[in-house]
Amino acid sequence: MFSLDLLLDAVVIGVLLGCFYGAVSLGLSVSFGLLDVPHVAHPAFLVLASYAVYFLNENYGVDPLVAGLVITPIFFLLGLTAYRLYYETFEKRGSDAAVRGIAFFFGVAFIIEVLIILQFGVDQRSVSASYIGKAWRLGDIRIPYRLLVAFAVATVLTMLLTLYLSRTFMGRAIRAVAQDQEALRLMGANPIKVKQWAFGIATAVLGISGALLIIVSPVDPTLDRAYIGRTFCVVVMAGLGSLGGTLVAAIILGVAESIVLTLFGASWAPAISFAMLLAILAVRPQGLFGRRS
Amino acid sequence: MSKRVSKPGSISRRRLLASAGAAIAASPLGANLLQAQAAPIKIGMSMPQTGGLAGGGKASLLGIEIWRDDVNAKGGLLGGRKVELVVYDDKSSASETPAIYSKLIDIDKVDLLFAPYATVPTAPIMPMVKQRGLLLIGNFSFQVNSKVGHDMWFNNAPWGPADSWATSYLDIGQKAGGKSMALLSADQEFAQNLAKTAREVATKRNLPIVFDQAYPPNTVEFSSIIRALKATKPDIVYVASYPPDSTGILRAVNEIGIGDSVKVFGGGMVGLQFGAVMENMGSLLNGVVNYNTWLPEKSMYFEGTREFFDKYTKRAVEAKIDPLGYYLAPFGYASGQLTEQAISAVGSLDQKALAKYLRENTHKTIVGPIAFSADGERKETAVLQAQFRGVVDKNIEQFRSSGKQVILFPDHLKSGELVAPFEAART
Repeated sequence: MFSLDLLLDAVVIGVLLGCFYGAVSLGLSVSFGLLDVPHVAHPAFLVLASYAVYFLNENYGVDPLVAGLVITPIFFLLGLTAYRLYYETFEKRGSDAAVRGIAFFFGVAFIIEVLIILQFGVDQRSVSASYIGKAWRLGDIRIPYRLLVAFAVATVLTMLLTLYLSRTFMGRAIRAVAQDQEALRLMGANPIKVKQWAFGIATAVLGISGALLIIVSPVDPTLDRAYIGRTFCVVVMAGLGSLGGTLVAAIILGVAESIVLTLFGASWAPAISFAMLLAILAVRPQGLFGRRS
Repeated sequence: MSKRVSKPGSISRRRLLASAGAAIAASPLGANLLQAQAAPIKIGMSMPQTGGLAGGGKASLLGIEIWRDDVNAKGGLLGGRKVELVVYDDKSSASETPAIYSKLIDIDKVDLLFAPYATVPTAPIMPMVKQRGLLLIGNFSFQVNSKVGHDMWFNNAPWGPADSWATSYLDIGQKAGGKSMALLSADQEFAQNLAKTAREVATKRNLPIVFDQAYPPNTVEFSSIIRALKATKPDIVYVASYPPDSTGILRAVNEIGIGDSVKVFGGGMVGLQFGAVMENMGSLLNGVVNYNTWLPEKSMYFEGTREFFDKYTKRAVEAKIDPLGYYLAPFGYASGQLTEQAISAVGSLDQKALAKYLRENTHKTIVGPIAFSADGERKETAVLQAQFRGVVDKNIEQFRSSGKQVILFPDHLKSGELVAPFEAART
């Protein structure tokens, strides 16, 4: 069944959904894309942030987005600590650091999952806010407010992070360490401290992304498993380290998924998105917006 | 070496103790005491404690544990043998259960087996259990024995004959004037089994299926699917979904709308029976007609039901699990009652004799009388179809009173009439 109305709906929802995917992938774009850290615990931190937002919303009535801002500094510190641990135990020990790093972050993800279960139990949790469960009418189209919130926040977050990385001293240092760690060291800077700071920023972003996650849909302690493939897919498709590219790649993924779900049958959606990833990697191995090394 | 000789007419202390010991051991009480010390009755199972099915698994296990504590407080079974549960976490994964059940049988040497909660983890152990000729009390799986044909399988779930679920829902929809059906199902075994029977029943009734989609697990956003479904203007919408998806689907329905043509919406949405989900969804649940297993309506109380929920409510809070526990917990308890009655009647743990007893008798439980048909499923369906009414946001206590989920099916448990169309029932 095909109609222009349905196609238009699918594109609009796809763009909004894509922005949400972009927001939850942004932190990974820094930690994996720029720093080359195999951060498979990224979605677990994301879910942890969602539970922190849930806690503040449920017990103190804090709006989920405000709660996301409140936990941002805590997640920054968490990121600093996690990177230091990873560096001391794995990265500085040698060439197979990446492989062992994956084991480290899988361990971290598992610990986070167990801690959430111990504290909150295994049931699904969600938050309440005036913009959840309602939709904006635009002619015949109805757009869920929660997706509009995700769209707005993702756009602002990407802009702020891009500005930070391109306009501030520390931001430029992070880009420099991503390109040539040794050159930075020769200039008297400590690349490990820069990387630690960057990892802190990547984790702090998860505070807001976690808020979006629980605004868009309820969470449970094992939800991170559903986002590992999706977030890595977005970051790799974008090209490692490209923040703007992350948002665009996420929108392409969201629109493709939405059109397939609406017009071609729901079972095809995951196959189409991963087929797109493979096709892009075949044509441009560096991703859509990555530079050739 | 000196020999200690007792004087005639007198009894030494040692002989007194020995005689008393022998007398007690020879008496029924003594035999029981010795047996109780020697061997508890071990019931083995895997149960999801982590992963997507953990919410249900934990509530189900608590129901079984309450039965174990009750039966042990009464002195145990077979004249004093205590019941012991041997439980492993299967992490909600089908790949874990075969190894766990091999260990339960060969290493732990349990006396009896209970199946894990849910269809997906149970399905892979069915051939092994059949091959070894073991009794298995099923735990809310759907149609896992239909192809295996194990004659020592007894499912505690109230599903009944395979097509009764779809039949009861479509009956309600057609009585409300429904002339076409949309089918939306999760792409996994349980939901696909439901969808298959719904398709078959609809075909038999010449009910056109205007939308039939299976969505993949981990679908995040359902707006697009609901919009496509709405465009087909169905009268009856039958949804077979798993917990995270049920919430997403209902949210999308609320935001996008489903159209005035829809008379009934729901049917097989797993998750809308769990306290936390019901509390989260609140008023979005209104109007949905969905399956359930136990509800606090007058018709649902049997001997022991109230006492069970008194105990469950206290322990669930401490264990941080579903505070209502309607869906699974009383059926976990009933699994224990089935076993208890069979063991008491047979007088041994002989699995063939226990299976024969379970197949040939009707059993009294806190969820009502249970009788099994040849395939090990309930002889008559007792699965409920109920409509959410007058639910408000963020209030879990409201679900403890009657009237919030009005039972529409089966007739002998009915507590009200359908409000239709769906949009009218939402307010």
